[in-house]
Amino acid sequence: MSTPATSFTDHYNFAYLDEQTKRMIRRAILKGIAIPGYQVPFAAREMPMPYGWGTGGVQVTAAVIGHSDTLKMIDQGSDDTTNAVALRNFFVQTTGVNTTTHTKGASLIQTRHRIPEEPLSEDQVLVYQVPIPEPLRFLEPRETETRKMHALEEYGLMHVKLYEDIARFGHIATTYAYPVLVNERYVMDPSPIPKFDNPKMHRMEALQLFGAGREKRIYAIPPHTDVVSLDFEDHPFTPQEFDQPCAICGAEHVYLDEVILDDQGSRMFVCSDSDYCEERRTEGHTGHLGTNPLDAPSNGTAKDNASSKEACK
Amino acid sequence: MTFQDNTPEQPLLLRASKTTKFYGDRIGCQDVSFEVYPGEVLAIVGESGSGKSTLLNCLSTRLAPTTGAVEYRGRDGILRDLYQMSEAQRRVLMRTDWGYVHQHPSDGLRMTVSAGANVGERLMAVGERHYGNIRSNASDWLERVEIATDRIDDDPRAFSGGMRQRLQIARNLVTAPRLVFMDEPTGGLDVSVQARLLDLLRSLVSDLGLAVIIVTHDLAVARLLSHRTLVMRHGRVIEHGLTDQVLDDPQESYTQLLVSSILQP
Amino acid sequence: MQTKICVADLGKTFTMHLRAGIQIPVIANVSFSVAAGECVILGGPSGSGKSSIIKMIYGNYRCQSGQILITDGDEIVNVAAASPRRIIRLRENTIGYVSQFLRAIPRVSALNLVAEPLLAQGSSEAEAKDKAANLLTRLNVPEHLWQLPPATFSGGEQQRVNIARGFIAHYPVLLLDEPTASLDAKNSAVVVELVEEKKAQGVAMLGILHDHDTRDLIADRIIDVTQFAAEKVA
Repeated sequence: MSTPATSFTDHYNFAYLDEQTKRMIRRAILKGIAIPGYQVPFAAREMPMPYGWGTGGVQVTAAVIGHSDTLKMIDQGSDDTTNAVALRNFFVQTTGVNTTTHTKGASLIQTRHRIPEEPLSEDQVLVYQVPIPEPLRFLEPRETETRKMHALEEYGLMHVKLYEDIARFGHIATTYAYPVLVNERYVMDPSPIPKFDNPKMHRMEALQLFGAGREKRIYAIPPHTDVVSLDFEDHPFTPQEFDQPCAICGAEHVYLDEVILDDQGSRMFVCSDSDYCEERRTEGHTGHLGTNPLDAPSNGTAKDNASSKEACK
Repeated sequence: MTFQDNTPEQPLLLRASKTTKFYGDRIGCQDVSFEVYPGEVLAIVGESGSGKSTLLNCLSTRLAPTTGAVEYRGRDGILRDLYQMSEAQRRVLMRTDWGYVHQHPSDGLRMTVSAGANVGERLMAVGERHYGNIRSNASDWLERVEIATDRIDDDPRAFSGGMRQRLQIARNLVTAPRLVFMDEPTGGLDVSVQARLLDLLRSLVSDLGLAVIIVTHDLAVARLLSHRTLVMRHGRVIEHGLTDQVLDDPQESYTQLLVSSILQP
Repeated sequence: MQTKICVADLGKTFTMHLRAGIQIPVIANVSFSVAAGECVILGGPSGSGKSSIIKMIYGNYRCQSGQILITDGDEIVNVAAASPRRIIRLRENTIGYVSQFLRAIPRVSALNLVAEPLLAQGSSEAEAKDKAANLLTRLNVPEHLWQLPPATFSGGEQQRVNIARGFIAHYPVLLLDEPTASLDAKNSAVVVELVEEKKAQGVAMLGILHDHDTRDLIADRIIDVTQFAAEKVA
C-alpha cells in the first residue's frame, strides 16, 4: 500500500482530542467492557469530519491509541477507499503512529462494516464504526422504552423482526447488522457488518470496541466473550456462503464483493478483505481471472459500488 | 336433595384498597376499594372525567396511585402489592398474566408489523423460539377472533377498525392471561361491529374463565359483559353491586340519571 | 317438605331522585314461605308490588328491610344481605328466573341461548343442545328458527325461547314472572306441563300469573299481596 500523503504535525494534542475528553471516553470504554454489549452513553465531541464518516469509531480510537501502536484502517474490508484513507491520514497527522495494511501487523484496527478474514489475536483491538447502536430501534422508537427493555432483558421484540423476515421472505433475510446476544445478557447491534462476520465475534481473542458518534454511545465485547446470533429453533442462523472462490486469489469461505468489469455486465467476485487477498496472491494463490484485477477493462475502486448482498446465496 | 354447593370460595385475584390518585390538587380517583375474583367481569361505568380511566391506569400499573394499595395474586398464589413489586416483575405481569385492550387499537398494536407478529410478540417475549409454533398459534388466534387466516401477513393498517380491535384482543389473549383490562373496547365502532365484538368478548371471557375489568360509558356493554358494576362520579365510587341490580334498581341520584339517559332504539 | 324460600318482614321503597327525591313505598312487612315441590302464586292488582317481590328474591332489586332466606344445599342464604358474588352463585345453581321478556344477545342463536344455563351448570354441550332442542320443540318454536339469533323473532316466539331458557336447567327455586302472558292456549298448556314436572322434581316455585285459567291449574296456594301494601307517605 502507498505511504501516507500527510505527515505528523504537532499543532494538535496527541490524537486530536484533549486529554480530559480522552479520559471521559476511556471511562465509557471501561464501563462498556465491564458490561459486555451494554450501550454506554458518552459525551461525543464534534469531530473534524461529518457524522456518518466514523466519528464514533474515531473518538474510540483516539482514546485508546498510543505512540507505540500500529494502526490499520479499513472500510468495507478495504484499506484504500476514501473513508479508510481519510481517517488513516487523520491519525497519521495527529499522532504520527505507524500505519499498516497488514492485519497481522496491526495492534489497533478501526473498521467500517467488516471484520478482517485473518483471525485476530489477544494483543489486538478492533474498533467498529457504528451508525445506529440500538438494535431495538427498528420497532421501538422511544429511547426511554428501549433502555428499559435492555434493563429488563425484554427482547421479544427482536424476534418480532426476525419473525417478520421469515413471514415475508421465507427465511431470515437480515444479512447485515444481524442482532446478537452478548454474554447471554445484552442484545447488541454488531454495526452493519455482513452476517458472514457474526461468527467471528464469538469468543474473539481481540478486544472489540464500538463507537457511535452521532448517537453518543460506546459498547464493547471483551476477549473470549460469547456472542450468539439470534434465531429461531426451526430457522437457525446461517452465515452467508458463496458458490465460487475469489476470482483473483482463489480464496474460499471468505466474504466476496461483486465487481462489475465492463458495460456488458461481466462481473467477478473478489475478496472484500483487500489485505487478505493481496497476501494470498503474494503467497502464490491465483483465482480463475489471474492475479491482477487491473488487467480487467474497468479499474476503478470496486469497493464503493460493489453490492455485497447480491453476491451471496 | 340432589344438589349441593360446597365449592370453596376461590381466593381473590386483585384487590384495590383506598386507591387514590391526585393530579396536583385535583382528584383523579379517591378511596376506591374493591375486589375482583377469578373469572369475574367487573364494569366501571361513569361519564367522561369521572375518574374511571385514572382508576384503570392505577390498577394496571400504568399510573402509580398517590395513596392506597393495589394487590394482585400471582400464579404462585401469593398476593402482592403491585407498587411494592419491581418494575421488571410488573412488566412480566403485563405481558403474561395480564392483558390490556386499548380503546384505540393503534395504541395496543404494532401497526407496522404483520398481524401474525402482533399476536406472536407476547409468545416471543416469554421465550418461544420456534417460528412454526408461533405462527400456528397466531393463526389459531386469528381464527378465534374471526380474522381470516390468510390475512396473517398483512399489517393492521390494512384492517378495518373492528378487525384491528379483534386483533388487539387476540394479541392480548395469546399468553392465556388471567386478568384483562379493557378501556372502552367498543368505543368508536359502529353498532353492528360493536355487537360482533361484544359477542366475541362475551364468549371468550366465559370460555377462558377470564377476569376482566372493563371501563365503559355504555351501560348496555356493562349489562352484557359484566357481573358487577362500579359507578364512578367525581373520582369516587358512588354505587356498586350486581350489574343488573345497579341498572334496574339504581339507588343514587346520579346512577338513576345515568340509567334514565339511555336512548332506546 | 323442606322450606326453600322464606321471606320475613320484607319492605321496599323507591326513592326517585330525579323527581325531587320523592319516596314511593311499595310494600312492607312481607312474610311468607314456599316449600319444595310447591307452586305459590302472588295475587293482586298491578302496581301492588308482586313483581318487586320476585325481583328482590332474585337479587335484582334491593330491599330496604327484612330478610329473604333461600335454602342453598346445606346453607341458608339471606339474599337481602348477600354479597353480589354469593347472589351470582345462587343464580347459577339455585334460583332460576323466567320472565316474559327475552334479553336477546347479538349473534347468539336461539338454540345456544336456551342451552346456556345448562352449560353454565356444567352439562356437556351435546346434552345441553339436546335438551334445548327438546324444549323448543315442545314449545312449538319452528326448527328453522333455532340457529338464528332471536332478536328478529316475533314477540310470542321470543317469549317461548325465553321460557325454554328458564326451564331447561334444574334450579331448586324457580321464579316465574308472568311466563304465560299473551301465550296462546296450546303453549300455556305446555307451560303448565313444565311447571308440573318441576313440582314433581321438588322445585319450589313462586310466580305471578294474570291468566286465571293457568293459575288455577298450577297454583297450590295464592298469596294476596295487597295485605302487604305499604302505607302511603305524603
